[in-house]
Amino acid sequence: MSELTLTVMRLGFLAVLWLFVIVAVQVIRSDLFGTRVTQRGSRRDSGRQQQAAARQAAAPPQQRQQQPSGGGRQRRGAPSKLVVSEGTLTGTTVALQGQTVTLGRAHDSTIVLDDDYASSRHARIYPDRDGQWIVEDLGSTNGTYLDRTRLTTPTPIPLGAPIRIGKTVIELRK
Amino acid sequence: MSSTTNTSQHHTSTIGAIGTPSRRNTELALLVFSVVIPVFAYVNVGLAIDDKVPTGLLSYGLGLGLIAGVGHVVVRKFAPYADPLLLPLATLLNGVGLVVIWRLDQSKRLQLRSTFVEAAPRQLLYSALGVALFVAVLVLLKDHRILQRYTYISMAGAIVLLVLPLVPGLGVDIFGARIWIKIPGLGTVQPGEFAKIALAIFFAGYLMVKRDALALASRRFMGLYLPRGRDLGPIIVVWIISILILVFETDLGTSLLFFGMFIIMLYVATERTSWIVFGLLMSAAGAVGVASFETHVQQRVEAWLDPMNEYLLSQKGVPGHTEQSMQALWAFGSGGTLGTGLGQGNSDLIGFAANSDFILATFGEELGLAGVMAILLLYGLIVERGVRTALAARDPFGKLLAIGLSGAFALQVFVVAGGVMGLIPLTGMTMPFLAYGGSSVIANWALIGILLRISDTARRPAPAPAPNPDAEMTQVVRP
Repeated sequence: MSELTLTVMRLGFLAVLWLFVIVAVQVIRSDLFGTRVTQRGSRRDSGRQQQAAARQAAAPPQQRQQQPSGGGRQRRGAPSKLVVSEGTLTGTTVALQGQTVTLGRAHDSTIVLDDDYASSRHARIYPDRDGQWIVEDLGSTNGTYLDRTRLTTPTPIPLGAPIRIGKTVIELRK
Repeated sequence: MSSTTNTSQHHTSTIGAIGTPSRRNTELALLVFSVVIPVFAYVNVGLAIDDKVPTGLLSYGLGLGLIAGVGHVVVRKFAPYADPLLLPLATLLNGVGLVVIWRLDQSKRLQLRSTFVEAAPRQLLYSALGVALFVAVLVLLKDHRILQRYTYISMAGAIVLLVLPLVPGLGVDIFGARIWIKIPGLGTVQPGEFAKIALAIFFAGYLMVKRDALALASRRFMGLYLPRGRDLGPIIVVWIISILILVFETDLGTSLLFFGMFIIMLYVATERTSWIVFGLLMSAAGAVGVASFETHVQQRVEAWLDPMNEYLLSQKGVPGHTEQSMQALWAFGSGGTLGTGLGQGNSDLIGFAANSDFILATFGEELGLAGVMAILLLYGLIVERGVRTALAARDPFGKLLAIGLSGAFALQVFVVAGGVMGLIPLTGMTMPFLAYGGSSVIANWALIGILLRISDTARRPAPAPAPNPDAEMTQVVRP
């Protein structure tokens, strides 16, 4: 067999061996499941999120500020996202797509709370049959508060109402 | 509420929930990849040695493909949420090992040796047996926590397995280490490989119960938590057993493996760094102590410190010396960065044990630094997946068992690779999956099976929280 063929095969074999290692590492990277974090600045995310980002960027800051606080409560239509407004995760948003959002310190929660007052499985937020979002306390130690009242039963969440878990405050926005 | 709306520039990330995927299709794709690579290597070896595509290509390719396929189907059926990487990684290492063993079978120098037997067909058979055991583990072991019930039985089993090679008439002394037993009609078995798994089960079950006592009752001294004297009991017992292995079976590797595995699991169970310090001190003291009177160990240490002198002595015909360590270093050296190419090296000069203990030297010569690094990374990925499994496991027994098994796997790779490369004294252990040896391949497939079982339990989505019974009685009145 010619020298050239063997050299090509030798280097080719090393290349496929390394390719396998790299593919395996990529699989590990994509395997860090639980929550997917997409940077809003980068343009690699899906079209819908890009649109959301574009809308966010286009909206003047004052308008954004008014949206949840003032008239937001009366506004019709379902909320599209959940925003952490206080606590260590301030600014984090979760797109609401009809799936249950779990909150707690457990690492498989949708929002992993880094909060001393949170239980590992603290609360969950889910849509009922009509698409109304409901918050339910999962037997947490320190309780979940909707505005100032402690939750005892699953309760519908008004748009923009603060849900308090320890030092973290979460609200639904359009 | 005005303060709540300051979406700061630093936190502009969106979180979306992902349903835990089973990732079986990823595994299948990687498996195809991990069968194609050894087939490619096989063709490469055939072309380099005989100038033609080897005739056994179809049977080896199909054999490896069948092994991988059966493994995959069983995982899909019985452990659908298991880790997607462990099976392809093990298959690739096993396949590449088979090719290199076959390549050494083709060596004229080795064929002239009186003890020559075709190793590759046997290794393929052992791999099939290994995958059969892997399948049996996944099918029969529905939940790894069942193993917890057999904590003390597996301790007894492990001790029996470790003592077996010392039984006169049963154990055989092969080249200075008594770690084999001879079963008439079947050949030799290395029970230590199976004892590894049994001991991991015992340590996991034992430490799960005792870890609080070992972690909490301690005094603080110079930044270290010193355990109470009576809590030192278990570590001393394991230490004595590993010293006894070293003395009577004259096998540094097995001894190091068991003690190291215990220290790793003790550290993980108690989160006390002091155990690592104690472990290192005790193993160092033990090794130095034994080396002071055991000639076999002394020889290994001398060969490690001065392999060239060892080589010259063995060339002069002085008994009890081996030229292998030096030859292995030469093999690594002549491989360079990119290697000589499969089938084109001279690592078969190592002769005896070229395809078992010293198989890494052939990789070093024919695939070079680049190839050996890739192989070591593959091992590293297996260990990483094991540790990942331990992190994800929800029960302490599963956590400890996964960390113990992957720790033992990592230690074994370190002990063998370090020995062959001259980093530590050489010991008679085999590279998991790569090296020729039935016990090793079979036991390691079982190990991968247990890890897959734990990872299946760990990655299975948690059952949805039970609805609150009060909630059903309350009417939610909407405004």
